[in-house]
Amino acid sequence: MSAAPALAVEDLCVEFRTRSGVVKVLDQVGFSIAKGETVALVGESGSGKSVTAFAVMGILDAAGRVTSGTAMFGGSDLLALPERELAELRGRELSMIFQNPRTALNPIRRVGEQIADVLVRHGGATRAKAPALAIEMLKKVRIPDPERRAKAYPFELSGGMCQRVMIAIAIACRPSLLIADEPTTGLDVTTQAVIMDLIAELAREIGTATLFITHDLTLAAEYCDRIIVMHAGHVVESAPSATLFSAARHPYSARLLAATPGESGALASLASIPGSLPDLRRADLPSCRYSERCERRLDACAEPLPRTAVGEAHIVACRNPL
Amino acid sequence: MLGQILSRLATAVPSVIGVVIVTFMLTRLLPGDPAAYFAGLAATPQAIAEIRGKLGLDKSLPEQFIVYVGDLLSGNLGTSLSTGQPVVTEIATRLPASAELTLVALIVSAGIAIPLGVLAAVKQGSWIDHLCRVVTTAGVSLPVFFTGLLFAYVFYYLLQIAPAPTGRLDIFVSPPTHITGFYLIDSALTGNGEAFWGSLRQLALPASAMAIFSLAPLARMTRGSMLSVLGSDFIRTARASGLAPRTVVFTYAFRNAVLPVITTLGMVFSFLLGANVLVETVFAWPGIGLYAVNALITSDYAPVQGFVLTMAVLYITLNLIIDVVYGLVDPRVRLDT
Repeated sequence: MSAAPALAVEDLCVEFRTRSGVVKVLDQVGFSIAKGETVALVGESGSGKSVTAFAVMGILDAAGRVTSGTAMFGGSDLLALPERELAELRGRELSMIFQNPRTALNPIRRVGEQIADVLVRHGGATRAKAPALAIEMLKKVRIPDPERRAKAYPFELSGGMCQRVMIAIAIACRPSLLIADEPTTGLDVTTQAVIMDLIAELAREIGTATLFITHDLTLAAEYCDRIIVMHAGHVVESAPSATLFSAARHPYSARLLAATPGESGALASLASIPGSLPDLRRADLPSCRYSERCERRLDACAEPLPRTAVGEAHIVACRNPL
Repeated sequence: MLGQILSRLATAVPSVIGVVIVTFMLTRLLPGDPAAYFAGLAATPQAIAEIRGKLGLDKSLPEQFIVYVGDLLSGNLGTSLSTGQPVVTEIATRLPASAELTLVALIVSAGIAIPLGVLAAVKQGSWIDHLCRVVTTAGVSLPVFFTGLLFAYVFYYLLQIAPAPTGRLDIFVSPPTHITGFYLIDSALTGNGEAFWGSLRQLALPASAMAIFSLAPLARMTRGSMLSVLGSDFIRTARASGLAPRTVVFTYAFRNAVLPVITTLGMVFSFLLGANVLVETVFAWPGIGLYAVNALITSDYAPVQGFVLTMAVLYITLNLIIDVVYGLVDPRVRLDT
């Protein structure tokens, strides 16, 4: 790992105001990504993976609010930057690929124009030159016949093609951090692999650090150097992919791995995780939000969550790790 | 695109035929005998029968219909019994008056409602959002004839800053040379400043009354449509790409949000054409609404038929225009047809 990480998130807390009360969606989330590193953020639905990404990008819904924390990126705190300066960075230095590429693109604008918009905004391209550069980008994400496709609307392209366009938009200005939020959701399995390979390859080529959000541990292990496990708005474990698979220390990570289909083992051997995510609106949330589902629970678990280094680059937030 | 317009135009033909049949039937089914009405109270049965024969009312309905369609095809909408003028001429002179009033009202209303709705959506919960809510609520609760009367009372009678509510132009100002029939356009084209200013002053009150009424649906639709678009995935993408707020709101959000607004605009235009009848009565506006009401009261078939037919053709044209505009804004619509 190089000295200064590409992104260092500390103590990130996010709340959502809803009709039925305040939801503490993220609680003291902390992690870092080294320059050029590929890190996965995994967890079940509702664990706060996407919210973490949105908070870092500064594109939370109006109902969401960052209550504390820092996100150091290239010497500035993304969470404290005024919107104007943050908008300068977004799309240029840090960019994002979303799930459901079909809805993530403007339905009534030609895809070439959508890429050109970003290039004009950040890349210093002129309106006259941008279309040619957009076609270059389409070529880069290996869209066949890019000259013709640049004039297509998203509804005229397949889901995989739309995701390639999305990738082209994201990497158009060679960002130093790329966040991919479940980029293969809604694509068929063969397309998934192609899209993942493309993201990995392009990220390597331009030296971009990648934060890959997924609920698919196998996919995470295959493409990422390190895996961060989230549960109910907490980071519970962070470890190099191989280490996590061979020696997960947090009970939740272990359960998650047991619930992942592997190459060996019948489907019948898959275990489900007992219980469900706690209601984050509760006032009496335990300090460890997994404790109510946990079979290794101790009385000490009621005390504030620890963050213990248990190995090289291996951190676990548990009082009674495996 | 041209093919689409033509095929859309072809689908309008059955509508027109339907309208012709319905208007014909409707006027025959109206209570009252025009022959008796025009013969006068003291007329003898022979005199009434003579008039009936002259009007062609003694023939069977199918025969009358064939005569009616034949007249229509030769551009003859018949003659008004009460004024003795050909209906075509009357509608041709009166339609521009109504159209000018309606269009000015619509332009004023859209010019206020759309920016208001956009701002209300972009700054949700701000004072401008509340203003938008007040305006839309007030707009729908005030009927046009009431706002019209109120305006005439306040601005003409009390404050005396508006001209008398008596038609399109003050009687001391001569109307501009007839080119389009729209006084504002004609006077602007001929450089007739006095007529332009005069007709603008006359237009101000009735157009405002109608604009206030149509403000509500437009502003509400713009706001709602913008809100739903602003919450969509591709807006998040645009923001995540750091695009300037102006680009996000106008190029990305507004162009997507404008589609239902266009539909509403068409509906509002129809409402306004209907509301014209009331406003024209209040402001003695020599439009076709007033003409139709008078004709209806006197069981004067021809003008009523002409009016309904004109309106129907207007609506059909309007819907055609909306379809075309839709296709221009949304590439997905082009493929569907």
